[in-house]
Amino acid sequence: MRVTMRVNGNDVTREIEGRLLLVHFLRDHLGLTGTHWGCDTSNCGACAVWLDGEPVKSCTVLAAMAGGHEVRTVEGLERRGELDAIQRGFMECHGLQCGFCTPGMLMTTRALLDRHPSPSEQEIREAISGQVCRCTGYATIVRSVQWAAAEQAGTRTTIAANETS
Amino acid sequence: MQVPAPFEYERATSVDHAIGLLSRRGSTARLIAGGHSLLPMMKLRLANFEYLIDINDLHRELGFIKVEPTLVRIGAMTRHRELLESDDLRRMFPIFNDAERVIADPLVRNRGTIGGALCQADPSEDLSAVCTTLDATCVIRGPDGERVVTMAEFYRGPYETAVGADEILIEIRIPVWPNGSSAFEKLGRRAGDWAVVSCGAAVWLDDGLITDARVGLAAVGPNTTGIPAVSLALQGRAPSEELYAEAGEIAARSCTPVTDQRGSAAYKRHLAAELTRRALRRAVARIRGEER
Repeated sequence: MRVTMRVNGNDVTREIEGRLLLVHFLRDHLGLTGTHWGCDTSNCGACAVWLDGEPVKSCTVLAAMAGGHEVRTVEGLERRGELDAIQRGFMECHGLQCGFCTPGMLMTTRALLDRHPSPSEQEIREAISGQVCRCTGYATIVRSVQWAAAEQAGTRTTIAANETS
Repeated sequence: MQVPAPFEYERATSVDHAIGLLSRRGSTARLIAGGHSLLPMMKLRLANFEYLIDINDLHRELGFIKVEPTLVRIGAMTRHRELLESDDLRRMFPIFNDAERVIADPLVRNRGTIGGALCQADPSEDLSAVCTTLDATCVIRGPDGERVVTMAEFYRGPYETAVGADEILIEIRIPVWPNGSSAFEKLGRRAGDWAVVSCGAAVWLDDGLITDARVGLAAVGPNTTGIPAVSLALQGRAPSEELYAEAGEIAARSCTPVTDQRGSAAYKRHLAAELTRRALRRAVARIRGEER
């Protein structure tokens, strides 16, 4: 069957099998390997992308179901060569070690900041509660999101890497 | 790599269109809404269908929470997240907010629907306990029109419901009675997991006495279990710790848990009693304005 969707602002059309999962469509058919393919069972959240503005687990969405809809992946975060504040936050605050969960974490926390520009720690932890990180213990991910929130609000005064909280 | 076996994909544009497709395809077809129960089962070959009929476009038609004087109507395509964020439900039936906060995780809740959750009929499914507690009815539409069934009639066993091969669950109706409230308690092994046991309670008071009370338990029987004996024991009596304990004992006696990887039958009975106590206590506190 033929499917057409908008991915990171570009319309794409491909011939696919009905059973193809969105994560494989993005990675194998479009070459957008930023989206990671993890547990395959909608537990780990490494495959999180946006579908019509909401984060979803792309291992549990058929590519066909995304037809006619808008998908945004981690490749769609940077604008004109400039990284999104959330990406810079993860760099500044060591929000990753191995990086496998990072694309999914970036997509859910970007969505969080769009809805709640200054989330509490509890709200951040809730937003990433469907995703697994085995490196950071989540503490630096929380700090990365707080850095990005402050950066966007223009209230960031110290360099996060030196913060000890 | 886990992928479902091959199937043909079609997209329904209206409820009637979906029913038409189901009528043509028979039992080889299955509706797919959020897909977060069906696709994992198809990946594992626990479910196999030749046709999947995507009904996500029906969110326009079936994604709603409508408050009427005696009834709240929830469209079957209403997503978990919409249930969680509904101010109307939070005010009228806080049990929904309690339950939705502990159903899966935010990403799954962005996709999963109440209709899909009920039709999956997993014995451990939390919204089934919510709907049983609230004495909800289900509106099922097929080629011959609509019919309305109670939750007890809706469930036919694990993963089986009253929805026929050419039918679709379109709406859940919850009766509204004054001076009542509700609560939900769940114990899972880890965040976002299926319940070891979960329990809903709804209580209505008049002049300090319980006019009616309902308890619904998940994961302690082939389907979500309403406990009529609890309702009988509570009616006409004043809420008290002793009464909650009595209700808990009845709940523990009345359910039929089995020992599995989530816990022993004895432990689940203990939980049924304890969670029943907690849910009743919280529902009453909410009526009295002592708790949100």
